Amino acid sequence: MPDETQTITLTIDGQEIHVPPGTTILEAAEQNGITIPHVCYHEALTPPAVCRVCVVEVEGARVLQAACVAECAPDMVVHTHSERVETSRRTILEMLSSAVTLDEAPELQQLLEEYQADTSRFSGGKRREFELLDDNPFYVRDYSQCIMCWRCVEICADDGQYAFALNFGGRGFQSHIATFRDYPLPDTTCVFCGQCVNVCPTGALKPKIEWGLEQGLGPEEIRQLTRRGKKRKKGNGRE
Amino acid sequence: MDANSEVDLSQLDPVLDRYRDGGRTSLLPALHEAQRIYGYLPDPVLTAIGQALRVPLADIHGVVEFYTMFYDRLTGERIVRICTDPACALAGGEQVLEAACRHAGNIRPGETSPDGAVTVERATCIGLCDQAPAALVNEQAFAGLTPDDVEALLAGQGNAPEVRITGEPRVLSRRVGKISPTDLEAHRTGGAFEGLKHALTGMTPEEVIEEVKRSGLVGRGGAAFPTGLKWQFTRGAEGQPKYVVCNADESEPGTFKDRVLMEGDPFRVLEGMTICGYAIGSSKGYLFIRGEYPHAAAVLEEAVAAARQANLLGENILGTDFSFEIEIRRGAGAYICGEETALFEAIEGKRGYPRLKPPFPTTHGLFNRPTVINNVETLASVPDILTNGAEWFQQWGTEHSTGLKLFCVSGHVGQPSLVEAPFGITLRELIERYCGGFDGTPQAVLMGGAAGAFLTPDQFDTPLTFEDLRPLGASIGSGAIMVFNESVDLREVLRTLGHFFAHESCGKCYPCQLGTQRQMEILDRVAEGQAQAGDIERLTLIGQTMTDASICGLGQTAGMAVMSALRLWPDLFAPNGKGSA
Ligand SMILES: Cc1cc2nc3c(=O)[nH]c(=O)nc-3n(C[C@H](O)[C@H](O)[C@H](O)COP(=O)(O)O)c2cc1C
Ligand code: SF4
Ligand code: SF4
Ligand code: FES
Ligand code: FES
Repeated sequence: MPDETQTITLTIDGQEIHVPPGTTILEAAEQNGITIPHVCYHEALTPPAVCRVCVVEVEGARVLQAACVAECAPDMVVHTHSERVETSRRTILEMLSSAVTLDEAPELQQLLEEYQADTSRFSGGKRREFELLDDNPFYVRDYSQCIMCWRCVEICADDGQYAFALNFGGRGFQSHIATFRDYPLPDTTCVFCGQCVNVCPTGALKPKIEWGLEQGLGPEEIRQLTRRGKKRKKGNGRE
Repeated sequence: MDANSEVDLSQLDPVLDRYRDGGRTSLLPALHEAQRIYGYLPDPVLTAIGQALRVPLADIHGVVEFYTMFYDRLTGERIVRICTDPACALAGGEQVLEAACRHAGNIRPGETSPDGAVTVERATCIGLCDQAPAALVNEQAFAGLTPDDVEALLAGQGNAPEVRITGEPRVLSRRVGKISPTDLEAHRTGGAFEGLKHALTGMTPEEVIEEVKRSGLVGRGGAAFPTGLKWQFTRGAEGQPKYVVCNADESEPGTFKDRVLMEGDPFRVLEGMTICGYAIGSSKGYLFIRGEYPHAAAVLEEAVAAARQANLLGENILGTDFSFEIEIRRGAGAYICGEETALFEAIEGKRGYPRLKPPFPTTHGLFNRPTVINNVETLASVPDILTNGAEWFQQWGTEHSTGLKLFCVSGHVGQPSLVEAPFGITLRELIERYCGGFDGTPQAVLMGGAAGAFLTPDQFDTPLTFEDLRPLGASIGSGAIMVFNESVDLREVLRTLGHFFAHESCGKCYPCQLGTQRQMEILDRVAEGQAQAGDIERLTLIGQTMTDASICGLGQTAGMAVMSALRLWPDLFAPNGKGSA
């Protein structure tokens, strides 16, 4: 038991909870069996707090708070499933599904169902569509499935590999993951550690073998695909 | 890009030598200078900059892509940016843009004329709303344009903007337009640097903070936070060095007060920053000015040099042991960089993504150090308070909104202009007394810029104070007041606002990244008379979600005007809805 003076007492969904200082609302909730949905959050990475699916209502706060980063404070009263919270979550999920292909993102599929999201509400608008990028022997990139959770960028940089091969292009709705001037990965500082593929929650980053199998290719064809040293011509792909 | 092989990198060496030691914080300045040399930013140039400043190339790509004034391909010799935001749109900005595109060889906005002479772009507000429609040709601003002017405009000629200020009393703006902007001697005769002298020679830093607190001065950048309190928190915060940052990113559509102040009385702004430095124990200030204000930036550079020469900046100011330096930093086209933490990121050489708060700037600001960030007008208000005392300042305004305020009046009034007036004046008085009255029958006023809310004629007698506007769901915001008469189809105004936010969302968080796009699409079809069943609900859900769940103030206010219109004029959004005109 932590020192009493060092313990914070707060209420989450009517339940009195005690946690040490520095605990986030998300951690406090999970330790006490309360589920708060989250999308961009990953235990091993700095929370970018961009998806806002984890928002909760904190009494007295002007706007909703992202549970993955908001720290518990003494006497805080938190509602994790109020109507206001659910409206924001559902609307975010509906808008996301209208912009990006989520077919290969099981966690998101489950959330869409749980929140009874109407995936047709915002349909008909512009979608984020990209050509599949097949530029190296190890993995393919299909950014039409990318939800911009930042995980790959973070793990490629100072949360993991220190390779700094990935960053962002565009802004607003046009934001996307990009290499320097959209160069093919072999022409960047990518070391093909594969960590980005491991943390990607969607089908946006995929090992080449898995992709080859999906395409119905045989072992020899896949071996060809993944042969080392296959470099593409340099180009920045935007012209 | 073929041109890459021909790039002569030796021209870049002097730039790299100058910035090498600065590291990443010098990224935006280095990109600006490189672009000046090459006309755009070729790959080998970016690679060389990345190596010199030790910034990963992918990150450089991210930065170049974030700021609209950085180009990855050759542009025309002249870049013509024509404003089509609300005030300019009312005055025919779209027609000017159209004519310019036609004249440049039937190009579309964003394209370069076949002869390579001009690139014509659609611009967001460039802070000349009182002289609409306005345009920027490279570093020069032009105002009061008509389609007949485009031939000259494309050649870089036309009407230069004038200084238009009215109101009373003229205190904050009293030297603007009366004294040559960078004539330090004349400004000193007019009282410049008296406040600083007072502070440095007769007051402790704590006394300065106390005086500012007692004056009741609150921030003029939109959030209305008490200035003295902010200074006190920063002074008391652990960590050195501390920084003063002046927020001169003024990009809220309809707002032009900071530009007028900086262009007309740059010393007042520098003086305010220096006083703040003394008060909080800082020896370094940054003034971050939007890239679309090249003239103001040049005036400020000149003023900094003159002040340094006169020992009003630099080591041992006025013979005291207080030293303070100011560096001017130019933005490069991103409204979001007016958000305080995004602004820090820009100075640090990054994409202008707002940070998560807490921690707040007073403890973790620029370079993660305790920082005061204040708006231009806030800082410019400080010198006179120290010269004349807090009571003097409190003679104007109300208990909770003290002092004088610069209001930016544009749209359908007789004489759009900057007005200095005490808080508490009503909207009607402001317009009837100082702006030549309403032009036509007023329909609505957009208060506080794109991030603001609409007021209707029955509310025009509301005193302009923080406390009187709050119950109406409106706020003073940046001081922008845009007037629309009955000839205006408000659906067109909303559509313009929708495009503005979709263009300016940084894209960091989902509610705003996705919401501004969907909101714009719906407002487009509403304006075209193609509203669908369910659009009111869609706009409401988007507005609520952006307001409630976004990371920063941009997303939190991106649905404000739309939601206020939904409350006031639901019929506008009905399927087959009729325009308000
Ligand atoms: C999207 C956005 C844009 C902003 N733009 C500006 C701006 O251009 N100038 C400004 O002073 N404050 C701007 N602000 C407010 C700043 O974040 C900050 O509150 C202000 O600079 C503090 O100074 P003050 O206390 O003197 O007002 C903006 C805020 C947001 C959310
Ligand atoms: S590629 Fe995957 S990990 Fe990277 S941002 Fe997109 S969804 Fe996230
Ligand atoms: S609210 Fe908009 S501008 Fe602010 S962080 Fe989110 S996406 Fe960026
Ligand atoms: S999980 Fe908290 S914002 Fe994404
Ligand atoms: S300059 Fe065009 S709206 Fe401000």
